[in-house]
Amino acid sequence: MKTDDLVALLAAQAQPVPRQAARRTLALAMLAALPVSFALMLAGYGLRPGLAASLVQQPMALVKLLAPAAIAIAGFLAVERLARPGVPPRRAWLGVLLPVLLLWSLGLLAWAEAPAAERPELLWGRTWRTCALSISWMALPVFVASLLALRSLAPTRPALAGAAAGTLASGTGAAVYALHCPEMAAPFLAVWYVLGMALPVAAGAWLGPRLLRW
Amino acid sequence: MATSEVEAELHDLFVRGQAGDAAAYHAFLRRLGAHLRAFLARRLFGWPDEVEDLVQECLLAMHNQRHTYQPEQPLTAWVHAIARYKMIDLLRAKAAREDLHEPLDDELPVFAASLEEAGDARRDLAGLLETLPDRHRLPIVHVKLEGRSVAETAQLTGMSESAVKVGIHRGLKALAAKLGKVAT
Repeated sequence: MKTDDLVALLAAQAQPVPRQAARRTLALAMLAALPVSFALMLAGYGLRPGLAASLVQQPMALVKLLAPAAIAIAGFLAVERLARPGVPPRRAWLGVLLPVLLLWSLGLLAWAEAPAAERPELLWGRTWRTCALSISWMALPVFVASLLALRSLAPTRPALAGAAAGTLASGTGAAVYALHCPEMAAPFLAVWYVLGMALPVAAGAWLGPRLLRW
Repeated sequence: MATSEVEAELHDLFVRGQAGDAAAYHAFLRRLGAHLRAFLARRLFGWPDEVEDLVQECLLAMHNQRHTYQPEQPLTAWVHAIARYKMIDLLRAKAAREDLHEPLDDELPVFAASLEEAGDARRDLAGLLETLPDRHRLPIVHVKLEGRSVAETAQLTGMSESAVKVGIHRGLKALAAKLGKVAT
């Protein structure tokens, strides 16, 4: 087929194109996946008793919820930009970096102020074995949904786009898990939450080039 | 013409095309094809045969992904990102392929290509079209290549009008996917 024929063929398909397709596709994916992740949490773990009171009384309970939420929002912006050719993610990465830095600084502060005898408790808590994997498990629905959404869009930097999808999933997964998780020590969050959120990011970066070719 | 003028004109045509203006979209694709050809020919000077294939692949990709372009974005950036992505894809596939066999003869490339053929696509899109299932292929053949209307095609094939439209849409996506496979 000559290129002119192809051009004529394509030009005949000039139906109106939906506006903001990337944002809409991703938002729909979130809408579908977030309830699943929430249901996984309710079914497998359950809400923490006294959750509402803790959000008012314990600053760390709030940090534990809002830092991942901020990461999720930054991840969403990054995915939405990386889904469109030639649009750089720009400062979206700051939105990922700053909450992590906040968690680390709070963790270091609490660690430095605590008497040596109490430190192991602050770091290991009672759930360190399961925390990171639980966060990844909560992240899975959003992870799958955002990769599927990306497959219908046009990421030209697949590893980065996959990592961004992982970030979005991490943030939502950790925020959902925080509704269950009883740990309130900053050093615990600084290590295990960050590790739990890093796993989907790494998985996304690895899967991106394999799944997102177009 | 200065690049900023080209950008402005192509942007205008593309935005009108995205709103459903077929004539503007046709003009856009034709001019886009010419720019892509020049852009790719400069970068693929070692493989003049690949240029037209890649132009077609880029056009098809840009058509299928045109919903990812938003009017406030510079068109150049969007086009460049896709062309670059497809070109790197091709170069990577070539590198992988050429790793497999030793170059037998250094003089071979002298006879490999002649310039008159450079304008023709080496990979036959029409041939690829034949490999699509009827529900995708027939709508494309009738509506596009034979210039019938969607309604006529629906009558001719016994498909519903929406099935014809969907068939064309899916067929073009399938064609793009097949192009990708041939390249690798």
